[in-house]
Amino acid sequence: MSATLERGLNAFRNFLNAPAASFFASCVHCGLCAEACLFYTESRDPRLAPIHKLEPMRRLWEREFTLLGRIQAMLGLKPEVTDDELEQWSELVFDTCTLCGRCSLVCPVGNDLVYLIRRMREGMAASGHAPADLLGATRRNLEKGSAMGVTLDTLMAQIRHQEEELGVEIPLDREGVDYMVLLSSMEIVQFPEYIGAVARIFKQAGVTWTISTQAFEATNGGIQIGVPDIARRIVMRTVEVAERLKVGTVICPECGHGFRALRWEGEDLIGRKYGFKVQHILEVLDELRAQGRLPLDNLRDDRPLTYHDPCQIVRRGGVIEQPRNLLKMVASDFREMADHGVMNWCCGGGGGVSTLERAEPWRVMAFKRKKEQIEHLGVHTLVTACANCRMVIEEDLDKYAMDIEVVGLTELVANHLRETTSKESQE
Amino acid sequence: MDTTGTLGELLLTRGVSRRAMLRYGAALAAALALPAGAGKALAKGLAGAKRPSVIWLSLQECTGCTEALTRAYAPTLEQLILESISLDYHHTLQAASGSAAEEARTAAMRENPNGYLVVVDGAVPLGGKGFSTIAGVDNRTLLEETVQGAAGVIAVGSCAAFGGLPMAHPNPTGAAPISAVVRGKPLINLPGCPPLPEVMVGVLAHFLAFGKWPELDSLHRPRSYYGETLHDRCYRRPFYDRGLFAESFDDEGARKGWCLFKLGCKGPVTYNACATMKWNGGVSFPIQSGHGCLGCSEPRFWDAGGFYRALSAPAPLPKRVIPIALAGGALLGVGVALSNRRRQDASRAATPVLQLDDLERSS
Amino acid sequence: MNTIASDLLIWARGSGFHAALALFLVGILWRLVEIYTLNHPRRCLATPLKDGPSEGFKTVFRRFLPPPGMFMRAPVTYLGGWVFHAGFFIVLFFFAPHIEIFRALFGIRWPALSNPLIELFTVAALIAMLLVLVSRITDPVKRFLSTFMDYFGWVLTFLPLLTGWLAWHELLLPYTWSLALHVLTADLLLALLPFTRLLHGVTAFPSRWYTGVWFGRKGVQS
Repeated sequence: MSATLERGLNAFRNFLNAPAASFFASCVHCGLCAEACLFYTESRDPRLAPIHKLEPMRRLWEREFTLLGRIQAMLGLKPEVTDDELEQWSELVFDTCTLCGRCSLVCPVGNDLVYLIRRMREGMAASGHAPADLLGATRRNLEKGSAMGVTLDTLMAQIRHQEEELGVEIPLDREGVDYMVLLSSMEIVQFPEYIGAVARIFKQAGVTWTISTQAFEATNGGIQIGVPDIARRIVMRTVEVAERLKVGTVICPECGHGFRALRWEGEDLIGRKYGFKVQHILEVLDELRAQGRLPLDNLRDDRPLTYHDPCQIVRRGGVIEQPRNLLKMVASDFREMADHGVMNWCCGGGGGVSTLERAEPWRVMAFKRKKEQIEHLGVHTLVTACANCRMVIEEDLDKYAMDIEVVGLTELVANHLRETTSKESQE
Repeated sequence: MDTTGTLGELLLTRGVSRRAMLRYGAALAAALALPAGAGKALAKGLAGAKRPSVIWLSLQECTGCTEALTRAYAPTLEQLILESISLDYHHTLQAASGSAAEEARTAAMRENPNGYLVVVDGAVPLGGKGFSTIAGVDNRTLLEETVQGAAGVIAVGSCAAFGGLPMAHPNPTGAAPISAVVRGKPLINLPGCPPLPEVMVGVLAHFLAFGKWPELDSLHRPRSYYGETLHDRCYRRPFYDRGLFAESFDDEGARKGWCLFKLGCKGPVTYNACATMKWNGGVSFPIQSGHGCLGCSEPRFWDAGGFYRALSAPAPLPKRVIPIALAGGALLGVGVALSNRRRQDASRAATPVLQLDDLERSS
Repeated sequence: MNTIASDLLIWARGSGFHAALALFLVGILWRLVEIYTLNHPRRCLATPLKDGPSEGFKTVFRRFLPPPGMFMRAPVTYLGGWVFHAGFFIVLFFFAPHIEIFRALFGIRWPALSNPLIELFTVAALIAMLLVLVSRITDPVKRFLSTFMDYFGWVLTFLPLLTGWLAWHELLLPYTWSLALHVLTADLLLALLPFTRLLHGVTAFPSRWYTGVWFGRKGVQS
């Protein structure tokens, strides 16, 4: 129990680098970041402007790392950052920000706000201002291996269930395979069909794959709470096992932050390159499609449907065209949301927000943005590729009494597989 | 000189008829921007004016103002009016010298209490008594003494009006305009290096006729001659407006008579009548001859950054400014950078690897 | 008798300008060094999807335009911003007397734009600046975020534009006064730029580059 204000401030000090200073020096208070943020657009509360979330850290930079700021501080013209202030800011940094990154795309002076907010979380956490719910989830992530407390037993039960229902084998702890598949707790508990879908697809594609019973969890609580030391430990679990099993590629599931953590931040966290590649399941599926190894039936889903771009996969992950390529293969009436691709709007539940009970009213309010996007299209089916988005969207659609079905993309693809019999595939 | 008799009587003896006087009055009234009926009043006033005694003091000057005023290509009414004054004391023009000259001055002062005019050209050096003396008396003392009984004081030329060349940087003599010394007397400034002769005459005529100066602006200049800038009356103004400039002397633009702004013309900020009245009896003026206006009737025009630098261009930079500024900035920046680095090193040293327990408070 | 107007003009064009330039150079170097000598993040180890630096370079230019869907959310901010910035820089760099400043300082010159066009851009910039100020005062986010420095930066920028326009048209004040104020306020803008929001004119470009590289490596054009 050693969080202190000073440790939090030190975390800020350790972080403040040239890009951060450049960003702070460039902001002209134009307010465009707020216009890009769903929490602001749906509440019109100016405190929710993304740049405002950074005010304590910005002021620390000014008063400690700029000459003018130091002089002002000496003259008593620039107040210190206090505990009370950080406590107030907890709501801004954790409850009303999903780290979706839309603000970073919009800032005319080029500020990467989501980067700054993510790094600010570190100082907030080190000073003891991270929300209890998030701490709890991270603790479970570290100690039990799963943020939701999902154990190996639960996983095994789901695996067996899928194997029986679908008549596929789900190989465990195999060495030297093409792909090692990770799962998110959310999928294991709420959308276990994903596991079966993957199994069916890989069987048809003829790739070798496995799930590791030692490292199956993709979720990384350390990233969401903004503590690299913890994030590193969680990443290492996957790395150790993947390298020991000598797999070719580790696949991140339909999970947002998990993908971000492993694909884009893991190697910097552990300080070296992996001995394997990392891809998102959609990247793998699209590759298989392009290679002709994804035999699909010619029955297209004719329901008018749309795609929700999960922030960490699309805007912050670069997997933009692949879901569209896949959707066009299996759907005949795919309608893009007006703001789509990297400009799509967040579901409101990422970045740990869905974990925070106290943030629920904010999240539900912010969902009005997504609601409007869907209503504008007049569809009743929404496809997405992130289990957290899926869960949040389903819950919020319910709250707004909207009759929309939410489908996982991998599942949708699997349902359109032209499956050969097991006898044929052995030839 | 005989100061009895009126100006009108004098002019009559020189063959100037009453009609000519009326015509002149009308023309002068126009030049002085007086209302319509003033022409007649001006003529009448001039006719009945007594020939005033004028004491001309030359201080730190180059005599250019006297030269301009006394050079005439043809005798004009203006010249006659000038000649009609009783110039009782003038360093360059008077015949007498030595104590006789000084005696003429003091006699004029004595005989015309509060009735003589003092004309001054040249600046007055306030930095020391030895810089400029006449008959052993320093300029300042001479000036103060002479204006005591004057009816009015005319500062002729930019040196007397604004300090002129003697006051230019570094001003070693402490030169100042005469207004720094002359207080409590009606003072009129006729700046210019030199001023237009017609200006002097018009002002004198007004004073003779009406007993006071014409309307003056905040710099004590007659508004009628100094109320407009050369720029606003310049015949080349259409070229300025259309952006057609001579880029160098004798280039195509120069030969076509385009605007001389880029060659340093200070017309936009120079108040004078050169563009309308012109010089040498209306023949030409600098811009017409292809040279930009120097701004010679404006205060401190010698220190305004260069005659051939455009009005918008800054004065030449001292060589050391840029390197010193860059060095200073770099030094400050590096100083802060080093201090920042130290601060971050200290905070990093104080930061342990974070465990989950480190994220909660003890209380 | 006061010769304030012409004295001010001579000072503003002379020592005043020299001081302003010196202060500008000191300030800009100090602030840029102060900012960019903080450490730069290590090279990202993750395998990139696109070349970071070239995306970063493109982002520097792309950020002049709004991303899809954003313009209608804040048309005044975007339009006002473009018109004011464009107008200001066009007038600064393409009005003939201004070009003489650069010629006197650096010996370089380029063709000027016609005076009616300059007039158009000046008026457009002035109007845009007023609209942008009104927006800053009335829009809830901007009003909430804005500090003294935002308004001060606006004033610093508005005054040279206004006084220049007034001088050109010889409105309100005698020309010597207008010109003196114009040069003085321009000197002030130059001198104080590094210490105000206006530094964004320089720091926005590296900022855009950083963000462009980081998003670009992940295959996202920004």
